[in-house]
Amino acid sequence: MNSSVNFSFDPSWMETLHAPFMVNAALAGLCIAVAAGVMGYFTIARHSTFAAHALAHIGLPGATGAVLFGLPVSVGLGVFALGGALVIGALGKRATQREIATGTVLAFATGLGLFFARLSTSASQQMQSILFGSILTITSSQIIGFLIFDVLLILLVTIVYRPLLFSSLDEQVAQAKGINIAVMNVIFMAMMAGVITIAVPAVGTLLIFALVVTPAATANIIVASPFRAMILAGALCLVSIWGGLVLSAMFPTPPSFMIVSISTVLWAITKFVASRRS
Amino acid sequence: MQEHPAQECIVFKDASVERSGRIIWSHGNFSIPNGTVTAIVGTNGTGKTTMMNAELGLIPLKTGSATILGKPAGKANESIGYVPQSYTSDIDSNLTAEQSVLLGLTGTRFGLHITTETERRKAYEAMDFTGIADKAHMRLSQLSGGLRQRVAIAQALVADPKLLMLDEPLANLDLASQRATVHVLARLNHELGMTIQVVAHDLNMLLPILTGAVYLLDGHPHYAEMNTVLDADLLTHLYGTTVQVVTTPQGDMFVTPSADEPQDVTPDTHNAEDVAKFHHHPGQTEDTHSDSAMKRTEGGRAS
Repeated sequence: MNSSVNFSFDPSWMETLHAPFMVNAALAGLCIAVAAGVMGYFTIARHSTFAAHALAHIGLPGATGAVLFGLPVSVGLGVFALGGALVIGALGKRATQREIATGTVLAFATGLGLFFARLSTSASQQMQSILFGSILTITSSQIIGFLIFDVLLILLVTIVYRPLLFSSLDEQVAQAKGINIAVMNVIFMAMMAGVITIAVPAVGTLLIFALVVTPAATANIIVASPFRAMILAGALCLVSIWGGLVLSAMFPTPPSFMIVSISTVLWAITKFVASRRS
Repeated sequence: MQEHPAQECIVFKDASVERSGRIIWSHGNFSIPNGTVTAIVGTNGTGKTTMMNAELGLIPLKTGSATILGKPAGKANESIGYVPQSYTSDIDSNLTAEQSVLLGLTGTRFGLHITTETERRKAYEAMDFTGIADKAHMRLSQLSGGLRQRVAIAQALVADPKLLMLDEPLANLDLASQRATVHVLARLNHELGMTIQVVAHDLNMLLPILTGAVYLLDGHPHYAEMNTVLDADLLTHLYGTTVQVVTTPQGDMFVTPSADEPQDVTPDTHNAEDVAKFHHHPGQTEDTHSDSAMKRTEGGRAS
């Protein structure tokens, strides 16, 4: 990750793609794309994009703190993101009132993450990969964890799909029809914490928006059906990650940069084409 | 449509509601029959929406009871179609009108569920009734406030409710959309015999279809049939500003005198008996109002 950015073409890029770390990165990308595609749609439908962004930052002190105590980064990240998710979820969906509180907690958490990182050299070294991701260092055991999470996520979404969608569309009507809004909120935020925990190793806490929210936003422009939008968002996410891996092998650059760039360019082109049509 | 044995749709007995330690209203004693179209009226902050929420069982009563369709408030919600106020302004959803309406039918189901042909047909019928069947595949975010309102009503209708509740259904709508919404409500009441209740702060547009009103006055809800409510003195007391009942060839309406009131209309106030004599609502729709009458009313109420 310390490579200096130069856009010189690497002729041996095909070999790089066949390296074990690249295969792991590709598999991790597939797992992340599945989770991000599903959650991205609901994040936008529930107007919770800022909360998603904030959750990743709330996970930061957990990640650096875990390194401090010699625990795996994803454990600390997951625990903090889940804790933050449950608090935000319990506070309810009144987004307009929550933005200031969420933003304040976000800033504080980032500062706390930095503080923990400075307490130990190993945490300090890992800081950059937590902030910006290091998809090339993902291990096989991490991938198994991602896979298990994907299965659990899809099972849970299958169960709560319609009530979650209904409560995203109109909370008051859903509540009148007997859906427990508080439970839906907590389930959604807990799923979000999980997705963040598996996506941060790829692009880091700072760039996660481009992986979870941006592909879903692009998909929303192209298709209207929630199910199709989730499939397309997952596909766009996968194209971004795999494309980013290939491009960063061809032109040695940080993969996170390429992943985020592809995701953003796809969104910008779609947005432009849609605006020309209407 | 009215399989329910009891004639009363909404019954309040000594009901009161408290929020943050403050009594919003109390001594609610009234019963509203099935098949009626009633408005909950009152000035801002008198607890109109609170009353609707209490009827839906979303907020508890402090004292007394509210019985809706023969069951305690909140227990009969599957037979109630509810259209909250937020619908026209807040919703910026990517869902299509059809998907939104279908959620009214299937939105509370957990687990895997493939939408059936029967469900699609029901959704189509509901959209056809509110006149948005041709917009079925448009996204809510692409629809105007008036059309979204009708999507919301279709979503409430699709589950065959006996009672339809709408919170400020005409707020933020232009005149044409207001008329279209009132027309849909009139047909629901006349053709399907549905009991309808609306929260409203401006009754003029609804007058042709209203059979009665719950008015929140001095912290107490009262129910009265329309000929009693349409009394200038009561309305003046209710709104805390001078309200006059004006009779025009197009029907009754009430206005608050203001600077921009047209000069060519002579306000004509009546007492309750007078109004009862010439106020006739059944079978009359908003179409009987002329455009000029509408505009004049709007101007008069703008104060």
